[in-house]
Amino acid sequence: MAGFLPTLAELADGGHDGLHTLYVSPLKALAADIKRNLTGPVEEMGLPVRIEDRTGDTSYTQKRRQRADPPHILLTTPESLALLTSYEDAPRIFAGLRRVVVDEIHALAESKRGDQLMLSLARLQTLCPGLRRVGLSATVEDPPAIARLLARHPDPCAIIEADPGPAADIAMLDLPDPPPWAGGGAGYAIPQVLEAVKQHRTTLIFHNTRAQAEIFFHNLWLANDDGLPIGIHHGSLDRAQREKVEAAMVRGELRAIVCTGSLDLGIDWGDVDLVIQVGAPKNVKRLIQRIGRANHRYNAPSKARLVPANRFEVVECHAALQAARENDLDGDPRGPGPLDVLCQHILIAACSGPFDADALYAEMKNAGPYAGLSRGDFDACLDFCATGGYAFRAYDQWQRLKQRDDGLWQLRDPRAAQLIRMNIGTIQDSDLLKVRFKGRGGKPLGEVEEAFAASLTPGDTFLIGGQIVAYQGLREMVVEVTRDARRKPKVAVFSGTKFATSTQLSARILSMFRDADWPFLPDHTRDWLHLHRTVSRLPEKDRLLIESFPHDGREHACIYGFAGRNAQQTLGLLLTKRLEELGLDPLGFVATDYATLIWGLQPLTDPAPLFDLAALEAGLDGWLAGNAVMKRTFRASATIAGLINRNMPGSRKTGRQATFSSDILYDTLLKYDPDHLLMRITRTEAMRGLVDFDRIRDMAERVQGRVDLLRLDRVTPLAAPLLLEVGKVPIDGAGRERLMEAEAAALMQEAGLNAL
Amino acid sequence: MNTHDFSFAGQSLQARASGALFWPAQGLLCVSDLHLGKSARQARLNGVQLPPYDVEDTLARLDAEIATTGARHVLCLGDSFDDLAAFDDLPQTAIDWITRLQAGRTWTWIEGNHDPGPVALAGAHLARYTAAGLTFRHIATPGEQAEISGHYHPKARLRGAARPCFLIDETRVILPAFGTYTGGLRCDDPVLTDLMTSSALAVLTGRQMLVLPMRQKRSGRASSSAGR
Repeated sequence: MAGFLPTLAELADGGHDGLHTLYVSPLKALAADIKRNLTGPVEEMGLPVRIEDRTGDTSYTQKRRQRADPPHILLTTPESLALLTSYEDAPRIFAGLRRVVVDEIHALAESKRGDQLMLSLARLQTLCPGLRRVGLSATVEDPPAIARLLARHPDPCAIIEADPGPAADIAMLDLPDPPPWAGGGAGYAIPQVLEAVKQHRTTLIFHNTRAQAEIFFHNLWLANDDGLPIGIHHGSLDRAQREKVEAAMVRGELRAIVCTGSLDLGIDWGDVDLVIQVGAPKNVKRLIQRIGRANHRYNAPSKARLVPANRFEVVECHAALQAARENDLDGDPRGPGPLDVLCQHILIAACSGPFDADALYAEMKNAGPYAGLSRGDFDACLDFCATGGYAFRAYDQWQRLKQRDDGLWQLRDPRAAQLIRMNIGTIQDSDLLKVRFKGRGGKPLGEVEEAFAASLTPGDTFLIGGQIVAYQGLREMVVEVTRDARRKPKVAVFSGTKFATSTQLSARILSMFRDADWPFLPDHTRDWLHLHRTVSRLPEKDRLLIESFPHDGREHACIYGFAGRNAQQTLGLLLTKRLEELGLDPLGFVATDYATLIWGLQPLTDPAPLFDLAALEAGLDGWLAGNAVMKRTFRASATIAGLINRNMPGSRKTGRQATFSSDILYDTLLKYDPDHLLMRITRTEAMRGLVDFDRIRDMAERVQGRVDLLRLDRVTPLAAPLLLEVGKVPIDGAGRERLMEAEAAALMQEAGLNAL
Repeated sequence: MNTHDFSFAGQSLQARASGALFWPAQGLLCVSDLHLGKSARQARLNGVQLPPYDVEDTLARLDAEIATTGARHVLCLGDSFDDLAAFDDLPQTAIDWITRLQAGRTWTWIEGNHDPGPVALAGAHLARYTAAGLTFRHIATPGEQAEISGHYHPKARLRGAARPCFLIDETRVILPAFGTYTGGLRCDDPVLTDLMTSSALAVLTGRQMLVLPMRQKRSGRASSSAGR
């Protein structure tokens, strides 16, 4: 509210025509919520102020009307704002704009959505030179860094710190049973969670992934003998269903909501007096954000309880608790703004009308993330947008952008603007398919990932929106299901974002391991760590521990890098590659936030040569090129940069018309044009994203060659949970081909077929 | 095994890991759905500029297959060009390359739905081709016997990996797409299961050719990602 006081003061006399203040938030729901909370007081005071929101959910007619006659205060998201700036009449829409308020700016600053927003703001600043910007957030670990991002570069930015309010009441939820060794469901805690719900007015139960939320909600319902009204809310649910839950919450009708990041940010839903975090929070900032959902009122302490989902998470939750109590926020500095987003904004600029390259370059450098943008990089992006930027100049005739005689750039074919506008945005949900009940006008339920849908056979059951449904088939890219009354879904997993444990939290855990004892830990976990210390040793901050042991007929090596899930995954890929070269026949590996477990036919005896950082980095370049992680990163960047279009005019592509995959484009570029701009972007992005090589480098620097290899006769207490982890990665070598061959043969035999 | 040799309508045929079909008795190499010029067509239609290396890559692989098999007759089974205008957009280097490949051997272009007319290249331009009891046409005709076709770009999944595949039963063979920028249709799609008999095989292309039943009792097992 406070963010709008200057706006209301300036608008009170009714003398302002058109748009005055733009409010941008990361969530559609937040924009809608602010509209509700703002409209009330404004109407009560009888102010002549029109307030509207504009998001992906706004109707077409409403959007058209807003363009023709903008409200005084427009509440929107970065994507909808970028779309607005792409229209030819953007100067008229934004005429008179005085203020921009960016809410929850820390959440935007962590992603490409923030980079996109800052480029849009730079555009608005060109249209409205007197524009003032305000950023709001309750969880910023480095305020000056956010200030540099938000302010028009190189202008200064004032930082105002508000009273933090009373300390939160956070603790572990009291649980009689030890958590399981692995997994993320936390089903063992259902009775205590239900009890906590009974003792509070409204409880938010946070999960890290949508799949976990679904499973937990399902189990909660099975145990909900008192029939407490409990809802579920996550980003894959159908909008109507989400809105129903939100409305019920506002009316105070729900006692609990099982949710994910979709309720992370500042929405004031009803009277929440308890937050339960299920699973390790992975990141202190997210934990504090979620804790803040309880008693979202000034001067009332927030109450939160943590529920570890497995044994290691007990340790991690305690480390997070300590950090949260000390308000020790984490966060890794973000590098310069990525060029795929810049490419998209060049195309957006072209949609709004002819532009001058020098002027556009100057404007983009005013955006904080792009303050250091070189002219060479800008020109490369412009060339990519215009010609494709390939070493082989093929598209002279079919350029996307053309330079006119007067030097300005414009779209060759103005009709191309439609496709560009349809694909604005940087959010990369993997390809999602809608799920609906079978039959004419079947009720939409939500979305699942395409890869998940592909793994289903008719009759398979899975959970969505808390219901068990049976897969019937795929029709016109819609997953058709029927209700299924079984108590246990057969398949219950669709993958979601997996966060890596932050550097700071990992360091805290390693520090904890130095203690002689851990009286604050429950006995089961305490004994587990003591046992591990007896049979092996606990990992240390400045050394790298590797355990080697036989198990189940295979040799295993467990590497305790504590580098976070993504980096440990990369480490697994690089090490198995080296092992294959050394003839040690690795068969597969699995990674968690704290360790990588590799199995194969030969024992590891000399680890030193494996951990030579230079060799690892060299291997990365040559070998990672063909890796799925790179392909996934390429897919995201190529989509943002406008090479791959998620949406096409007309209907969605059908299975019949399936086009080539982005993997083929990647392979082709790797073979014929490895230095292409998109390949350069992909490498940069992968190194700091999914590959997370930075954290492997940090680990190597921390360890300085101090590698301890312990040869043990059996699996150790800390390594055992990794054997139970899902997400095992097979090595795609000669061994895998052999496995495929064996499987094909088995299928032939099963089917009673002989090769014709 | 890097080829899958099979007997079909009394003839010995060879499905190759590249996605090409070779008929040794006739010295005939058959490739389907080259979709040459796809990237140029995309740029022309919607401004999207895909890496313009698909023509070069497709021709290089075809060149290699001709050299390896020593084919005397090359038969392109339709959709050789992404559309007729895409043919006009082909760079001269590509035309020269095709001309060089055609030298000293018979060449047949079968019409496809993407290229429903003759293009200005040497070779026979036909709607279908028949030899020794086998019929080659672009789109399979229900009820036809001893027929070899393309069009559907079939692919199959095994242990989480999707690969283009041949579909083979007693009455027909459907070839995978040979072109570099071509997607695929899962072989459990009703369109394909309606066409093929219950004993149909899917023969996967790739590093190594793999033979499996086209209909799997439990696709869950075949597509589950590999464990240990």
